[in-house]
Amino acid sequence: MTQPEAATTAAAVADAHRREWAFVLAATVRVTRDLDLAEECVQEAYAAALTAWPADGVPRSPGAWLTTAARRRALDLLRRHQTAQRALPLLVEDAVIAGPGDVEAPDVPDDRLRLVFTCCHPTLAVEAQVALTLRLLCGLSTAEVARAFLVPEPTMAARITRAKKKIAGARIPYREPGLEELPERVRAVCEVVHLLFTTGHSAPAGEELVRVDLVTRALDLARMLRALLPRDPDVAGLLALLLLTDARRAARVGARGQLVLLPEQDRSRWDRVAITEGIGLVREALRARPSRYALLAAVAAVHDEAPSFEQTDWEEVVGLYDLLVQVWPSPVVALNRAVAVGFARGPAAGLVQLDVLADEPQLAAYPYRAVARGELLERLGRTAEARTAYGEALLLTENAVERESLARRLAAL
Amino acid sequence: MAQYLVLIYDSEAAWAAADDQARKEVRTQHQAFQDTAGARNLGGNALQPAGTATSLRRDGSGGVSVTDGPFVETKEVLGGYYLLEAADLDEAVALAHQVPTLGGGVEVRPVQVIDW
Repeated sequence: MTQPEAATTAAAVADAHRREWAFVLAATVRVTRDLDLAEECVQEAYAAALTAWPADGVPRSPGAWLTTAARRRALDLLRRHQTAQRALPLLVEDAVIAGPGDVEAPDVPDDRLRLVFTCCHPTLAVEAQVALTLRLLCGLSTAEVARAFLVPEPTMAARITRAKKKIAGARIPYREPGLEELPERVRAVCEVVHLLFTTGHSAPAGEELVRVDLVTRALDLARMLRALLPRDPDVAGLLALLLLTDARRAARVGARGQLVLLPEQDRSRWDRVAITEGIGLVREALRARPSRYALLAAVAAVHDEAPSFEQTDWEEVVGLYDLLVQVWPSPVVALNRAVAVGFARGPAAGLVQLDVLADEPQLAAYPYRAVARGELLERLGRTAEARTAYGEALLLTENAVERESLARRLAAL
Repeated sequence: MAQYLVLIYDSEAAWAAADDQARKEVRTQHQAFQDTAGARNLGGNALQPAGTATSLRRDGSGGVSVTDGPFVETKEVLGGYYLLEAADLDEAVALAHQVPTLGGGVEVRPVQVIDW
């Protein structure tokens, strides 16, 4: 075998890290029955790949190679400690402590769903679910997870440790939920991935508008879910929504890093491949059941298919929001519906809908309500009131790029 | 198997205000829960009102202070419990869904079983 370039193998290891981490970890947990020990072994397997692959070549199936290495390491450690089980084992259903022969078995069962449902277990706090997902499914280090959520590393480390302790101490099982609870549990998983995406897509604070790392991770996770649950309409809707929203990424940030709003975006820069894939998924998801994600994706699809902002089918958007309010009654949805009404039936009609939400406590600190109000007032020529609304939005916005965009609009009034 | 303590928190004021019909309903719901749980229910009871509690606290200089009342004064107080045996948290939480309250809630705590 010819020896590959070091750079090539390093890239292959990085690629395997991104694609196979969850698979390798999930398969290793089956042997260790302990998340920490499994993580340790998987990390060592990746480290071993960095030295072995330049010498031996990149294996045909990197995932299988890494799984074998990690499981072998796990068995070594377990034998050395003379204990097949640690004090508080994870609940691995029909778990068999693998013998030496099992490690070599080529058909390692795909345990990723078990890992997904453990990370996103409803008895864990949502912030812990998100942290575990990045840590265990994406293989991010604690430092990287902390950076992703702009919290100090010790805070994130404590959050992850606490979640893992609860998994072990309260016996959160490592298994796929039964058919009865599956839809609800899948929705919980989708929420975590969606939260990850929105955090990256519209970073709540900081200098960058889009956190590409988070957006990419969320897309990877949604694709993984789609592969694992190919018939689930929520998953299809989620992946569609992410694709159709992210398709506009290149046009959303201007040359100087400023936010470019939908009306001004250069639509030729939208990712047509992602849009086509997303629209196919929306159709499929809507046929099954108009779920929350499918409807949000359908709204995104209407925008993505419009040749210009003016030619957007706003009545279609309002109709989709009408359905969305039914499956997902939320003030934010009602706010977006009001904005769509403003375009479909004029700013006065939109303002009426918006002012219904004036006392909504959930929107009190939500800058987009003030932005939407400012826009409608501006279109109605009520400049002084528009200025007040934009000013309010400015007070509520912490993202630097969005602040700059608001300041520009205020100045242009 | 593992053990879980289901702690039932409710407002004593709500209990005092409840009429016979409401009390009877809760009793029926408890009965239904106990039927479902079967052998997984290792036992449970209601507690006397929180006002009957006595708290003991070590005072740091070797002594113990004994005071009237519960550890923490809250509107919703611990009013009863069940000790359950379940395979995992999913099973315990599924069972706990059926434990009735008058607008309060229940807390599921894994028991760290100690072999004395």
